[in-house]
Amino acid sequence: MASTKQNGTANLAANGRNGYKVIGTRPVRPDGVDKVTGRAIYAADVQMTGLLHGHVLRSPHAHARIRSIDTSKAEALPGVRAIVTAADLPVAEDKIEDLGEGAINLKYLSDNILAHEKALYHGHAVAGVAAVNPHIAEEAAALIEVDYEPLPPVMTVDDALADDAPILLETLRTDSMGEIGSEQTNLASFFRHQRGDLEAGFADAELVVDRTFRTETVHQGYIEPHAATAMYSADGQITIWTSTQGSFAVRGQVCEILQIPVSRLKVVPTEIGGGFGGKINVYVEPVAVLLSQKAGHEPVKIVMSRADVLAATGPTSGSNIRVKIGVDSKGKISAALAELFYEAGAYPGSPVGAAANVSLAPYAIDNLQVDGYDIIVNRPRSAAYRAPGGTNVAFAVESVVDELAEELGMDPAEFRILNGAKENDRRPDGVQYARIGQIETVEAIKESEHYRSPLEGNYRGRGIASGYWNNWGGQSSATAVLNPDGTVNLNEASTDIGGTRASIAMQLAEAMDIDYEQVKARVVDTDTVSYNDVTGGSRTTFATGLAAYNLGQQLKKEMKRRLAEHWDVERSEVSYEDGVFSAGDESLPFVEAAGLVQREEPLMASSTVHPQDFGPGFSTQCVDVEVDPETGKITILRYTIAQDVGKAIHPSYVEGQMQGGVAQGIGWAINEEYIYDDEGHLLNASLLDYRMPTALDLPMIDTIMVEVPHPAHPYGVRGVGEVNIVPPAGAVANAVYQATGVRMDKLPISPANLLEAMWAKQAEDAAEPVPGDD
Amino acid sequence: MDMAKKIAVTTTLNGEESIFLCEPRQTLLEALRDNLGLIGSKEGCGNGNCGACNVLLDGVLVNSCLVLAPEVEGRDVVTIEGIAEDGELHPLQQKFLEHASLQCGICTPGFIVSAKALLDDNPAPSEHDVRLWLAGNLCRCTGYDKIVRAVLDVAEGDS
Repeated sequence: MASTKQNGTANLAANGRNGYKVIGTRPVRPDGVDKVTGRAIYAADVQMTGLLHGHVLRSPHAHARIRSIDTSKAEALPGVRAIVTAADLPVAEDKIEDLGEGAINLKYLSDNILAHEKALYHGHAVAGVAAVNPHIAEEAAALIEVDYEPLPPVMTVDDALADDAPILLETLRTDSMGEIGSEQTNLASFFRHQRGDLEAGFADAELVVDRTFRTETVHQGYIEPHAATAMYSADGQITIWTSTQGSFAVRGQVCEILQIPVSRLKVVPTEIGGGFGGKINVYVEPVAVLLSQKAGHEPVKIVMSRADVLAATGPTSGSNIRVKIGVDSKGKISAALAELFYEAGAYPGSPVGAAANVSLAPYAIDNLQVDGYDIIVNRPRSAAYRAPGGTNVAFAVESVVDELAEELGMDPAEFRILNGAKENDRRPDGVQYARIGQIETVEAIKESEHYRSPLEGNYRGRGIASGYWNNWGGQSSATAVLNPDGTVNLNEASTDIGGTRASIAMQLAEAMDIDYEQVKARVVDTDTVSYNDVTGGSRTTFATGLAAYNLGQQLKKEMKRRLAEHWDVERSEVSYEDGVFSAGDESLPFVEAAGLVQREEPLMASSTVHPQDFGPGFSTQCVDVEVDPETGKITILRYTIAQDVGKAIHPSYVEGQMQGGVAQGIGWAINEEYIYDDEGHLLNASLLDYRMPTALDLPMIDTIMVEVPHPAHPYGVRGVGEVNIVPPAGAVANAVYQATGVRMDKLPISPANLLEAMWAKQAEDAAEPVPGDD
Repeated sequence: MDMAKKIAVTTTLNGEESIFLCEPRQTLLEALRDNLGLIGSKEGCGNGNCGACNVLLDGVLVNSCLVLAPEVEGRDVVTIEGIAEDGELHPLQQKFLEHASLQCGICTPGFIVSAKALLDDNPAPSEHDVRLWLAGNLCRCTGYDKIVRAVLDVAEGDS
């Protein structure tokens, strides 16, 4: 195991380590100059001749039957070119397909694009308009008359499961471990993982802590709103330019929704202004295609407003969670129970399944049970958000773990080491771990200067928490063209959200023993390479990097073969070292060889991969907070992350993932939430009122990259993008407890929620008789 | 007033005199992007909360989504496209690249314009000064650490 701490700027020009020439260095990304000069083309930046502008009309009600839609007045407005409603969509089949990051029912997918019979959340799309400019499109949308019959909204787990709850989806039946129920319901599914003997485990326990928690709906918060341009050509060919985590996921969803073969749709991914899981589902793309077709084959661009982004895309689930953990007299966990109730939004598909895997993953537990409930409510359809479902449940589990350690009088890091999961232990669903680095991340925090330094002052506290994320392999395709000047064009289809062109190019350069600058990585469209899964699941540097490694091996092998022919020697006699090919007395540097081997025939390579053996990631984090007792405001004083990163290909972008995930986790912990009124109207659909962390809200975030190489990747890469967001809410809550004596049972720990809890505790303390007072 | 009837606006844009047509209801951001083809200024929120559309108006930092295009008549506008000088990246642009201060990059133009306004006014800011000034710019990817370091690095290089 290697561990690197990067606290300042001294390491910027660090040379490769551990025998690597390129891996471990920090080169400038290939798309960097365009992005600092404003030249990079994002989704809303697409311009073309004859471009029309679209606008989407949205439901003002959280739950309503749509009786009729009258578009005649809007159609009469000068400048309007087309209007579409759900009536323009093909009838979707009631079947399940995996078109992104998890399976979805096509009927629900289609219904979320344009509401068919019912609007299921405030902001649900109802109609689309195309006009000569965005202002006319917006004016026209306001002229569309929709006759709604408002229905009572169902906003929370408790509302949805009440005996007399209004039903959102009339055909929905509970899937209970494969058994389909007979009654109408808002409970989409139930599952259970169990092993050992739970009752016996709790009976053996010296100490049991049993708590319930509530977390609110939060949004990914990418700064670029969704946008797409579609051109439905007169010959039937369709092109979509859009900002997405997966161009092939867009192709798959749009083709299913519009019932067209994939050969007729090309998706061109623009630069993407953040996604975090929220740019996998399509929203405006099918509407833009329909409008383009109806407007006489003119291109149509739709750009969402920020209010629409918050109201109708993204969010991840609010949840009710119960966690009960028992420990024996030595502090070993003897039994654990978790019950997870996740709000999926208007259609089934909350991340409760992933949450169950995250729940108790950092711990070795013989007797456990995890129950998951997927529940629909009148909120936007939930989408993936960085380690989907993990932050909610880790907040609950890590709070209970902290309470257990305190009751036992144990250091919370010691408790986590004593109970820590390691190789051959099992995740809650039974999956057995290969080599993992959970305990190493706890040890890294325990030995950190941060954890060992004293924290003084009133209303200050320190907390730690751990977290797990599964990561993913997925499918990747890439090609490499060897240029006669010794450079390589690397064509891949993984959207670059945080520097992956660089981290993938670096693996090709390393494999070929050439300079990073010799590789030109570009992200191409769906017609150019074969199928490629989304940039999600922390898979891109791992899987597309593996494809790049394979490309390098193939190119080298073919260059050797051709040189052997040229030199008239056996292939096995040709060697390649330090950038020079040689055989006997013959030798040729790579750059010259690249020209020579292509005199008669050009050289390119292609690679497709679908690695199943991806390595999970763990992170342990430490935070110091200060609470203002007058206002309840939390100040983050200091933050340190230890994360098992496998092998950091480009350390700056690995640190960036760690810091960015923690910043989102802190926002989730202390401020962010969807606020609805009693009728289900979203009240805070702006970036002023949906309060994400600013530069002033955060300190520098120190990173400890723990490198436990993943055995199934040639360079030991593990996904690094997601696990970092799992621990922050738990860590902050534990620090708040140390600062105030209050254990928060809900997120966010906003000033109002924290003050209320502190006042309640003061009232409770005041009511207790003081010993020796009477 | 007919909000759709176009008017001519004369301004100094990135150092050059520029005349453009716009509707009175168009924001400066919309005019820059759609009428002038300067797409470097981004719309993240449309109501002044995210700073992705930051430009300098007579040297003062503004959110171009909150300025109407006709308001720039006779004034001096600098956008992200005007930050590099004589074909050379501005030191802020260079340091943002070296420090990996961008991930998705959508907020980057706004941060660079905003940081330039700060350093023009205060060449030696403290970390707190930088964080306070940049609180008008939202970044969701980086946690701000590497952005703040880049700005401080430029400031130290100047002093």
